[in-house]
Amino acid sequence: MNTNPAVHTLIEQIDSPVASFFSSCTHCGMCADACMFYTETQNPLYTPIRKLELMRKVWWQEYTFWGKVFKALGLSRAVNDEDLRRWEPLVYDSCTLCGRCSLVCPMGNDIVYMLRKMREAMAASGYVPSDLKHSVKNTLDKGSPMGVTPQTLKAQVVHIERETGRSIPQDQKGAQYLLLLSSAEVAQFPEFLSSVALIFQRAGVSWTLSSTCFEATNAALHMGSSDLAAQILQRIVAEAERLQVQTVISPECGHAYMALRWEGPNLLGRSFPFEVKHILEVLSQLQDEGKLLTHTRESGRLTFHDPCQLARRGGINQEPRKLLQQVAENFVEMEDHGTFNWCCGGGGGVGVNERAKTLRLVAFNRKRKQLEPMNVDRVVTACSNCRNMLEDGLEYYHMDNIQVTGLTEIIAAQIKRDDVTVTRGE
Amino acid sequence: MSNLTIAEILRNQGVSRRAFLKFCVTMAGLMSLPPSMAPAIAKALGQTRRPSVIWLSFQECTGCTESLTRSNKPSVENLILNAVSLDYHHTLQAAAGTAAEQARTKAMAEAYGKYLLIVDGAIPTKDGGVYSTIAGITNMQMLSEVAAGAAAIVAVGTCAAFGGLPHASPNPTGAVPVTHLVKNKPIINVPGCPPIPVVITGVLAHYLTFGTIPPLDKLHRPISFYGDTIHDRCYRRPFYDQGKFAKTFDDEGARKGWCLYELGCRGPVTHNACATSKWNNGVSFPIQSGHPCLGCSEPDFWDMGRFYQPLAQPGTPLSKIALAAVAGGAAIGGAYGVYDRHKRNKHLQTHEKVTVAALEEKP
Amino acid sequence: MSGLEWLMWLRGPGLKWALVIFLAGLVYRVIRIISSGKSRDLSVPRQPYLMQGLLCIVRRSIFHPGMTHRGYFTLISGYTFHIGLLLAVFFLQQHILVFKSILHVSWPALPPFAVDVATLVSITALFAILIHRILDPVVRALTNYQDILAWILTVLPLLTGFALMHPMGISYTAAMVLHLASVEMLLVVIPFTKLTHMVTLFVSRWYNGALGGYRGVKT
Repeated sequence: MNTNPAVHTLIEQIDSPVASFFSSCTHCGMCADACMFYTETQNPLYTPIRKLELMRKVWWQEYTFWGKVFKALGLSRAVNDEDLRRWEPLVYDSCTLCGRCSLVCPMGNDIVYMLRKMREAMAASGYVPSDLKHSVKNTLDKGSPMGVTPQTLKAQVVHIERETGRSIPQDQKGAQYLLLLSSAEVAQFPEFLSSVALIFQRAGVSWTLSSTCFEATNAALHMGSSDLAAQILQRIVAEAERLQVQTVISPECGHAYMALRWEGPNLLGRSFPFEVKHILEVLSQLQDEGKLLTHTRESGRLTFHDPCQLARRGGINQEPRKLLQQVAENFVEMEDHGTFNWCCGGGGGVGVNERAKTLRLVAFNRKRKQLEPMNVDRVVTACSNCRNMLEDGLEYYHMDNIQVTGLTEIIAAQIKRDDVTVTRGE
Repeated sequence: MSNLTIAEILRNQGVSRRAFLKFCVTMAGLMSLPPSMAPAIAKALGQTRRPSVIWLSFQECTGCTESLTRSNKPSVENLILNAVSLDYHHTLQAAAGTAAEQARTKAMAEAYGKYLLIVDGAIPTKDGGVYSTIAGITNMQMLSEVAAGAAAIVAVGTCAAFGGLPHASPNPTGAVPVTHLVKNKPIINVPGCPPIPVVITGVLAHYLTFGTIPPLDKLHRPISFYGDTIHDRCYRRPFYDQGKFAKTFDDEGARKGWCLYELGCRGPVTHNACATSKWNNGVSFPIQSGHPCLGCSEPDFWDMGRFYQPLAQPGTPLSKIALAAVAGGAAIGGAYGVYDRHKRNKHLQTHEKVTVAALEEKP
Repeated sequence: MSGLEWLMWLRGPGLKWALVIFLAGLVYRVIRIISSGKSRDLSVPRQPYLMQGLLCIVRRSIFHPGMTHRGYFTLISGYTFHIGLLLAVFFLQQHILVFKSILHVSWPALPPFAVDVATLVSITALFAILIHRILDPVVRALTNYQDILAWILTVLPLLTGFALMHPMGISYTAAMVLHLASVEMLLVVIPFTKLTHMVTLFVSRWYNGALGGYRGVKT
C-alpha cells in the first residue's frame, strides 16, 4: 500500500480506460489546440495531457514493465507532495473539465475522464484550491456553496409569489417533478424560478420545490471528491425519495446535471427510484407534447452557448435548438457549436476559484473570438455558472452590449402573462 | 622437381607460343588483371620453375577433382595441371599402397618448405581423428605433417574451406576445415561444391605467376573470384529489380526466365564467379539452367534452412509458435488484468474517506 | 559470426523470438487492459452505446473541425507516414512471402517502384515529424526519451529496407542483416513503448465512443 494518499487514490482510480489511454498516447500535442487555456496563452504547460503527468507516472510505475523496473532500480521516484503542489494549479485552475480535448485526440483518449479521476487524488491529498474547499464546507454546513440558506429561498419564493400572483408548490408529496435550483438562481437569477413556475402552470405540470433541500450544485464534484460529493448528493436523493417524486429536475446548471444524472447513482452506489432530467429535457418534452404554449417569438438576434456538461458531456444537444426554433426568430449558431463548443472558462470549479481569475478571463478570449463575428444581441445558455462567466467575460472585453439570458426565461417571456387566473395558495 | 620452366614444359607439350600468350591473356582476365598484364604473366611463367604440388584428399567425394579433370577438350585447366609436378594425388596417381606414401614423403623431402599443398575434404577431429585415415595415418596427422613443409595451402572445395557436408549438423565426426587446424601458413580457400575449375586453376596460376597469394577476403577467398555475389552479376537481376519472380519451376515466370528468388535462390548472399565464369567452358550455370543457386560456396550452406525457401522467409515455420504466442500473451494479460483489478479493489477497500475536516488541515 | 550466419540467425531464432515477443506482448497489453475492467456505470444509459464505441473508432480517423496548423500537420504527416509504412510492409513481394509463410495466405504485390516511392515518402514524413517534434513547443514539452527511441526504431527498418532494395556499396547480406535486425528490434520494443498504440488505439477509441455514447454524446 502506498503511504501517499494521492498515489493510493490514483491506484483506486486507474481502470481499464485509463490504462488504455496512457498506453495509446503518442505525445502528438493535438489536445493543446482543443483547450482554450492553451490557445489563449500559447503556454505548453496547459497541454491537456500534460496536466495528467502525475497520473501517467503512477500508471507507468504501477502497471507497466519498464515503469516497475525503473521504480525498483530507483531510476524513477515516486510521486510526492512537491509534485502535487506544483500540479495543483494545472489540475484545478487551467481545466474546466469541459472535455473538448477528449474529442480531438486521434488515439481516442478521453482526457477529461482521467482529469476527473486526477482530481480525486488531489482531493485525497488535500491539494485543492481553498475556494473550492470553502464551497464544499458551505454546502455541507449551510446547504449551499454560496451560503444561500432555506430561509433565503423562502424569502425569494414569497417575493416571486407576490410579484407574479402564481403559487410555487413546496414539499408536495407525490408530485411528478421535484425542481432543484442552484444558489445562483436563488440569489442572482430568480427569474428562472418564476419562469419555470409560469411554464409549468400553463402546461399543467405537477411539480414541487423542497423547502429544505433545494441546492442542485455539488462543489465536491468540482473538487473531485466522490466521498464528499456523495454526502452532498445524498440529501437530494433522500428528499426526492421522501417526496416520492417521479423525476428530479436539474436546473440550468451543467455540473449539477452531471452530478445528478450521470455521476449520481455511481457516487451513491445504487440506482435511483426516480428519473433525473435537465430542465431543457423537460421543456423539450413539453414541446413535443404540445404543452409549451408560447405566443410570440423573440425578434432579437441571438445565439446559444452550449454548457459543456450538457452538450459535450451530457448529451443534450438537440433540445435547446428545438426550443429556440419555437421562441426565437433570429437564432444563429456560432462556429464550433454543440459538441464542439468552446467552454466559457468558468466551469469545473474554475469560476469560484479566485486564484484562477486572471487565467479564466484570458481563456475567455476564446469565447470572445467565437462571439464577436456573430453580432448578436443576446447569448442564451442553460447554466447559471456559464451565465456568470459570460457576463464577467463580456464585461472584461467591453462587450457588455450583449445580454446573457437563460433559455427557460426566453421561453417564459414568450408566454402571455395577462391572463393569469391563479389565486394564491391554489 | 624438374628444372624446366613452365613455359618450357608447355612448349615441350606442343603448346605454341601463340597459344601460350592466349593462355596468359585468359589468366589475366581470371585474375581481374588488365589484358596488358598478359606479357608480364608470360614473362613470369617463362621464368618460373615447375613447382611441386602435393594434393591431399580427406573427407570428400572427389567431386572437386572431377570438376578439375573432366573437361571435354584441352583447356586452361589442363594446361595448368600439366605445368605442375603433381607428386601425390590419390585419385590421379598410378602408385598405390606403400609406394604411394613413399612418393609423398619423397616429394616433401625434395621440396621441403617450397611445395604447394592442395587439400580437398574436411578433416575429422573427433576421437583423435579416427574417422578417416590413409595408410593408418589420421587425416589430422597427415595434414599437420604435410602442412609443416608447405609454402602455401590451397583448400579446394567447400569441405576443405569451410567443413562442407561432413561438417553439416550434427557433424558426427567433428569435421573441421583446414583453417581450423593450420594456423601458421598462408591458406587460400577456393570454396564451391565443387569449385569452378577455372577458379581453381586461376588461383594456381596466380601463385605460379607471382609466387604470392592473391588478395583474400575475411574468409580467405580470393577477392578476384569471390568479391561479388552471384546476385550482383546475375543476368536475371533485372527481373528481381522489377519484382518479376518465377513462383514454381514450370510456371510462366519460370519459362520466361524470371528471377528465381522466390524458389529459394541464394544468389544474393553467395559469393562466387558462377554468373561470370560459368561452367563447362562457359556453357551455363545453375540459374541459367532454371535452378536457384544453393549457395554452395558459402560456409555451412547445408545448414542454412531449406533450399527452396525464399531468403526473405523465416528460416523456421512460425505459424504454430505465433498462435502459441497469441494464446500465451492472452493468458498472461488476462492474469495480470485480474491482478490489476484485485489491486484496485484492495486500494478501494482501504480508501480513507475525504472529510472537510481533513481537507482544512492540509495546505 | 559471419554475415551469413547473422542472417541465418536473424531469419531463424531471431525472427522467431522477436515475433513471439511482439505478438505475445501486444496481446498481453490489450487483454490486460481490457480485463482489468472498470466499475459498472449505475446511471441509466441514454442510448445503446456499444455501437457508438465502434463508430468512434471510425470517426477518429477523420479530420475534425476547428483544427489548427499543428492539428493539420500532425494528421497529414501522420497519415503520410503510416500509409507509406503500411504499403511498404504489406505490399512488397518479399514481405508478402513472409506473411504467406506465417498466415498461409498471400495477396498481389505492388511493383517495386511503387514500394520505393511509398518508402521514401514515409521516411520523409518521419523526418518532418521529428523536426516538428523538436521545433513545436507543445510537442517538445511532451517529448521524452521514449519518443526519440521509438522514432529511431521506426525509421531504421525503412532506411535499411530501402538500402536492401537499392544496394549502394553495401552487400546484400549486410543490408539484409541490418534490415532484419532493425525490424526485429522494432518488433520487440513495440509492446513496451508508446508504439503499442497500434493496437490500443482501437481500445481507447472504443472506450471514448462508448463512454460518450452512454450519455448520448457523439464523440
